[in-house]
Amino acid sequence: MDWQAFALTLRLATVTTAILLAIAIPLAALLVLGRGRWLAAVEALATLPLVLPPTVLGFFLLVLLGPRTAVGRGIAALLGHPLAFSFSGLVVGSVIYSLPFAVQPLVAGFAAVPSSLVDAARLLGASPARVVASLLVPLARRSLITAAVLSFLHTVGEFGVVLMLGGDIPGSTRTLSILLYNQVENFDYAAAERTAVVLLALCAVALAAVYSTATQRGGRRA
Amino acid sequence: MPDSASGLGLHFTLDAHRGSFHLQVECRFTAAWTVIFGPSGSGKSTLLRLLAGLDEPTQGRVTLGAQILTDTRHSIHVKPGERHTGMVSQHPALFPHLSAAQNVAYGIRTLDHAARARRVEEMLELAGATELAALRPADLSGGQAQRVALARALAPRPCLLLLDEPFSALDGTASDALIERLQVWLHANRLQSIMATHDASDALALGAEVLLLHEGRQAAMGPAAEVLAGERERLLERLQGEGRP
Repeated sequence: MDWQAFALTLRLATVTTAILLAIAIPLAALLVLGRGRWLAAVEALATLPLVLPPTVLGFFLLVLLGPRTAVGRGIAALLGHPLAFSFSGLVVGSVIYSLPFAVQPLVAGFAAVPSSLVDAARLLGASPARVVASLLVPLARRSLITAAVLSFLHTVGEFGVVLMLGGDIPGSTRTLSILLYNQVENFDYAAAERTAVVLLALCAVALAAVYSTATQRGGRRA
Repeated sequence: MPDSASGLGLHFTLDAHRGSFHLQVECRFTAAWTVIFGPSGSGKSTLLRLLAGLDEPTQGRVTLGAQILTDTRHSIHVKPGERHTGMVSQHPALFPHLSAAQNVAYGIRTLDHAARARRVEEMLELAGATELAALRPADLSGGQAQRVALARALAPRPCLLLLDEPFSALDGTASDALIERLQVWLHANRLQSIMATHDASDALALGAEVLLLHEGRQAAMGPAAEVLAGERERLLERLQGEGRP
């Protein structure tokens, strides 16, 4: 078992999930509470990675973050190394790739909070930030857990973006799904099986945890 | 503060479209207690939402005392939380994850801890909900929830209190007792209030100024006994009819 790849995968998924929640909570709140036609464009953009082939996204990011564009050169000058083929590059790619998996459940959860509660909070002087923190997040706690777990698992299982953007650098960009691909390519089916079982177990345990909190809540309500 | 002595009070000219419904009113409320009376769909709730700043009119102007709250011509729209306006609607909309006391404290977090606790206690007592402080909204009856919602709206000491059929879930005696206590308190604290109702007996019992709304237009405005004379006859007739064997 390649524990280095295992640790790297968990680190990537954890960092990505944390960044995604920080972005997705305000974004989902904006989509639910905001007014204006431009919001439709924002929502479409936030959903785009869901239908885009991961290799397409990976390719665009590779070009954008590479030395051929001003953005890529700027980042390279800032960090001292290009973002592509590095752990930070993978984080950027994963955040974009998993964005819909964080935003969609949160939009559904926030939208289910009755607008009369939001009105009451506004009348009592709550700022939009306080409405989100004191009402939407606690009342949509289950959606928040779903968003976090889906983002985490989606990042764990990500392959196309990582391959295009990260290559296969041990300790830096070689995640479990890349490792699995390599093992199969080398006809090392025994090792591939172990890697696949670890990935399967990770996903199954996380999903079971989410659904068990769901049943607890349902049970409490009954 | 609304200054009824100098006749300023609440003044509004509003023009608003909601689908096919059109609300068009111009009014000056100077009485401490005004009732907006009209059947369902006459525009009472729409009007209150506009006054509270929850919705914006197509065209119009709202002033409370010397303060301009809404003025579409100058693109002024003071946010709901900055209008010194409290509102209680038919559906209490209590925050389900907070206790009754925490609900009441929601709008007064700028006060220090001791002052906040005192205010919460005072408001719950006024609303007759002291014993409900620790309960969650899910454990409250409809009437109890309305009492807590009233306490929550009054806690930040607004200048204007908007009530949209606020005590519909309380029985007649409890509602009358609460309104009576509330009127004394509002008077002592110089708060102006506006209550929307479709119940003529409520409006008549309060002896207030009445704005009669009909399909989004002002049908009449004046003392309850005058404006609702027809409604009064109807109520009396019904009572006599019920009294007959």
